[in-house]
Amino acid sequence: MNEKIDWKKYLIVFLITVGLFVTASYISNYFSERKINQIKSIQDEIAINILSSETQFSLLSELSCKNVSGSLLSGELDELGHKLEWSQNNLGGAEEVSYLKKYYSLLQIKDYLLMKRISQSCKVKSAFILYFYTTAENCSECERESLVLGSLRDKYPELRVYSFDYSIDLSAVKAMLQIYKIKDTELPALILDDELLTGFHSIEELESRVKESFKLQEAKPETSTKTSL
Amino acid sequence: MASIFDTIFYILIFFSVYAQVFFLVTFLENRKRIVIRKGKIALAHYPAVTITVPCWNEEKTVYKTVRSLLDLNYPKDKLKIFLVDDGSTDGTKNAISKFAHYPNIKVFHKENGGKYTALNLGLQNSDTEFFGCLDADSFADTESLGRIISYFAKDPSTMAVAPSVTVCNFKNIVQSAQKAEYHMGVYLKKMLGFMGAINVTPGPLTIFRRKVFDDLGPYRHGHNTEDMEIAYRMQKNDYKIEHCNDAYVYTNTPSSLRKLYKQRLRWGYGFINNTIDYREILFKKKYGNFALFTLPTGLVSITAVSYLFGRIMYEAGQFLYHKIITLKTVGFQFSTQMPSFDFFFFSTHPSLFLLIFIYCLVIFAIIFGRRMAEGKWFLSLNMIYFFVIFRVMAPLWFLQALYNTVIKRRPSWR
Repeated sequence: MNEKIDWKKYLIVFLITVGLFVTASYISNYFSERKINQIKSIQDEIAINILSSETQFSLLSELSCKNVSGSLLSGELDELGHKLEWSQNNLGGAEEVSYLKKYYSLLQIKDYLLMKRISQSCKVKSAFILYFYTTAENCSECERESLVLGSLRDKYPELRVYSFDYSIDLSAVKAMLQIYKIKDTELPALILDDELLTGFHSIEELESRVKESFKLQEAKPETSTKTSL
Repeated sequence: MASIFDTIFYILIFFSVYAQVFFLVTFLENRKRIVIRKGKIALAHYPAVTITVPCWNEEKTVYKTVRSLLDLNYPKDKLKIFLVDDGSTDGTKNAISKFAHYPNIKVFHKENGGKYTALNLGLQNSDTEFFGCLDADSFADTESLGRIISYFAKDPSTMAVAPSVTVCNFKNIVQSAQKAEYHMGVYLKKMLGFMGAINVTPGPLTIFRRKVFDDLGPYRHGHNTEDMEIAYRMQKNDYKIEHCNDAYVYTNTPSSLRKLYKQRLRWGYGFINNTIDYREILFKKKYGNFALFTLPTGLVSITAVSYLFGRIMYEAGQFLYHKIITLKTVGFQFSTQMPSFDFFFFSTHPSLFLLIFIYCLVIFAIIFGRRMAEGKWFLSLNMIYFFVIFRVMAPLWFLQALYNTVIKRRPSWR
């Protein structure tokens, strides 16, 4: 038995194994692609929603607030955010994901601007937090801050949190960083009521600030002209 | 760092898939040669066989073991049975003495010296053409010996024939899990037999030509796995080992996780250390598939299982760490909402599909092994027990076997 080794068999098995690897990565790519497409279609939907709300708001701004406020769902943006984050950690094709992430950041900014206008004009109870984090280096405080913000958002549906990757290569985000003078050494950074908060902030502290923000809004006269970036 | 670990992971998966495909191709090549005989067998010639039953504290099972030998469908005058009491401290001595009056049974008592010494005592006193062992916790099927001998008759170059070992009692989940594993073992051993690459000639009823011991010497300690050592020695010397799939031997399996762990630690330690002892044959093509396939596959399995375990532990640790951080940061939150299921978050890594493929082939091995052992094509729950118990336990005994090898601590028998 020992004298003959069936080299052909070793080779065939090798080729089959390689074939299986290729098939497995093909199947995997197929699913990744589908996931990316799903993200794209969610983004498109949100983009249309935002655009339509903007248009609607411009058309009706002086007349009625009735139909506008409810049309945007922060839940959709959140879901998109989660899916993008997951994709970044788990899927290949980093370029495509980072492109989608830029688009997402842009949508967030647009949503923020629009919602801010709506909340001012229509006196909708709301609070906004702009949150800057980094993925370029290991930032454990960012992770904890994200948890705090997620938890707050669950508790207060009127609170809208927009998160931005500090290192993203997008001029709109860079402009915000300039406006609020955020440095990469101070991450995580939060903007709440135009105030810059750097480093980790506990849930209790932020909660009281958010409540403050709600109160402030109620106290403010209708004609307040708060800058909207 | 992550990419290094991923590379190791994929290399291990590659070799695991390779081994499974190799078994499958061997199966497809030889499937028509797998004969499962039913009913009694008649041989043209019945050579004389000695079967030694080494006993060390086996009072509970030895009676049934000897009975199964007496009930073998084999001429009584051609079958010699040696019962060797290896310094038992329980009632084994009495139990085997009861058989002393049988004309073809010889009873020996000696000081405890280990299983291989008991076998060698049998070997010294035997003068038959064939010699075998039956562990005192195992029972031979009435047709087993005749079917094994038929393999020798068919091919004079065959030097040893191993039977299909299956589980005789499965009262609990641990034993049911082993039943599935033994079924897989029947399939794998048959395939290794086709490749001429069997690495264990199991204690339950492997029969050897006397020539093997005359040429290669008696049993050795073999790190408490003398049945593995003799197989390695035979492979090194190009002595052919076959597997007789329709010769059934039923063995008592460890009934608790602790006992299973001890047994497998001994086996794992035996594999690692016998492989180290015979390292000079590894990857040498003159030693055939044994050196190029069996041993490397065994080594890859140990590494893969241990590595996967480490990876899972690391990920579980990460998960736990994340949970603790969450708890510390935002406190315990009771969510009334059910977490919604989204296929999106389901992993679709290539490794997942390859692991599914490996598991499918393992399931096939268990099913086909069962078919060879019991003649049934069935799925059973045992498989699930097997996957769960061996998934968790195997890395532990392999890692401890490695550890013991490094610090040179020999595991005890039981």
